[in-house]
Amino acid sequence: MAHFFLHTMIGQVILTVLEALAVLVPLLLGVAYLTLAERKVMAAMQLRKGPNVNGPFGVLQAFADAIKMITKETVIPSGANRFLFLFAPFLTFSLAMTAWAVIPTNDGWAIANINVGVLYLLAISSLGVYGVLIAGWASNSKYAFLGGLRAAAQMVSYEVSIGLVIVSVLLAVGSLNLNDIVLAQRHVWFCLPMFPMFIIFFISALAETNRAPFDLPEGESELVAGFFVEYSALAFGLFFLGEYANMFLMSGMVSILFLGGWLPPIGIAPFTWIPGPLWLIAKILFCLFVFIWVRATFPRYRYDQLMRLGWKVFLPLSLVWMVLTAGFLLATGLLPQGGAS
Amino acid sequence: MGTLDRTIRSFLLAELVAGLGATLRAFFKPKVTINYPFEKGPLSPRFRGEHALRRYPNGEERCIACKLCEATCPAEAITIESEPRDDGSRRTTRYDIDMTKCIYCGLCEEACPVDAIVEGPNYEFATETREELMYNKDKLLANGDRWESVLARRLELDAPYR
Repeated sequence: MAHFFLHTMIGQVILTVLEALAVLVPLLLGVAYLTLAERKVMAAMQLRKGPNVNGPFGVLQAFADAIKMITKETVIPSGANRFLFLFAPFLTFSLAMTAWAVIPTNDGWAIANINVGVLYLLAISSLGVYGVLIAGWASNSKYAFLGGLRAAAQMVSYEVSIGLVIVSVLLAVGSLNLNDIVLAQRHVWFCLPMFPMFIIFFISALAETNRAPFDLPEGESELVAGFFVEYSALAFGLFFLGEYANMFLMSGMVSILFLGGWLPPIGIAPFTWIPGPLWLIAKILFCLFVFIWVRATFPRYRYDQLMRLGWKVFLPLSLVWMVLTAGFLLATGLLPQGGAS
Repeated sequence: MGTLDRTIRSFLLAELVAGLGATLRAFFKPKVTINYPFEKGPLSPRFRGEHALRRYPNGEERCIACKLCEATCPAEAITIESEPRDDGSRRTTRYDIDMTKCIYCGLCEEACPVDAIVEGPNYEFATETREELMYNKDKLLANGDRWESVLARRLELDAPYR
């Protein structure tokens, strides 16, 4: 049996599919419940109760929404480019799912434990811009187009500072492998020595996922709904799921780069009893809570403020910090020599 | 010095953290939601809801067709026609209120010398068709019969302030 799965072509394919399902099914369920959690948490912060009619505490609301989304009619505007219009949500959604291939949930537990995991994640999240741009262009509507342009500009700008923040983490680790990045945090999570970078990364992650207070691409008051104004039913649902899956992904990245992935806070008895994946899930859930918390707290940025923050505050800060990190590591002789793998 | 203070505060995200604290405190506070169809908020005795035509305890309708309500209605939602009844008293033959025109100002209630037309506590009279909102005399009298105990109580409670 073990031979079949590990040493034959077909066996390996089956094994990979099963591994992918083991990640994707909980992820999709998580995304469905994240929409509910967002409504519940935001409601609580506004002294409301949120959805509480469908099932106890509204737990069936996610399914009610899904059924509504699936049974509605997909309207395709007459001026739209049909193929690209329908392709864009699939691109956004599938990219958000694909990125999970390299996220390690425990020591060595990744579907693809590749040596350039960080680069892979950066590439996938950069590709995510295409889904937004294509949707904005293919809708053939001015609001969608403006939303798409804004989203693209915003995501590209913040990717620069995200990249630099990641570089300073990589300097301290000496490897692009996500597994090694987590293992390098055995003694201290990177969120402590690199606290300012942690904050910058988190805020950039908000901008990267187009979340409040940087939700300009879908700014309701000015662009109706931004790049997905023209979308309805399942196509809209895919965008929606993609956006929330991206939130999961970004929380996963924050957890792995700064919060020690699957590692417990202290490597002693009561903490080590809890298995690694649970620690990772707990950290991701905490990050998601902060995402929603921030959305419930802050008003939307103006577009020029957003660009100023990205290019004139975060970019210099992360550059300076990167140089400081490199200098510090070199001066103290802590610079990792070669990869851990 | 002020500039330095401001810069440091801005870099420490002091205001942002304060804002997050405010929302987190709200997160744990008791919620103010009323589960509407199951729970309802309190209503003042002066609440102006659906109209009703009242009767005297002996079953005689109060309205004497003076048409003051029709005259005072700013939205011109009330239409009244009247003629003497067989026993010589003047009564309405038609009393219609167009609920889609009505602005629920309560002037008809104020104008009425015999407390016949009143606005009751009922605000759940939504209908599926527009025609159902063209109330006629039968509908208004039926409302009066249905709500009479509440209507009398409301008038009694409000009387000291009139």
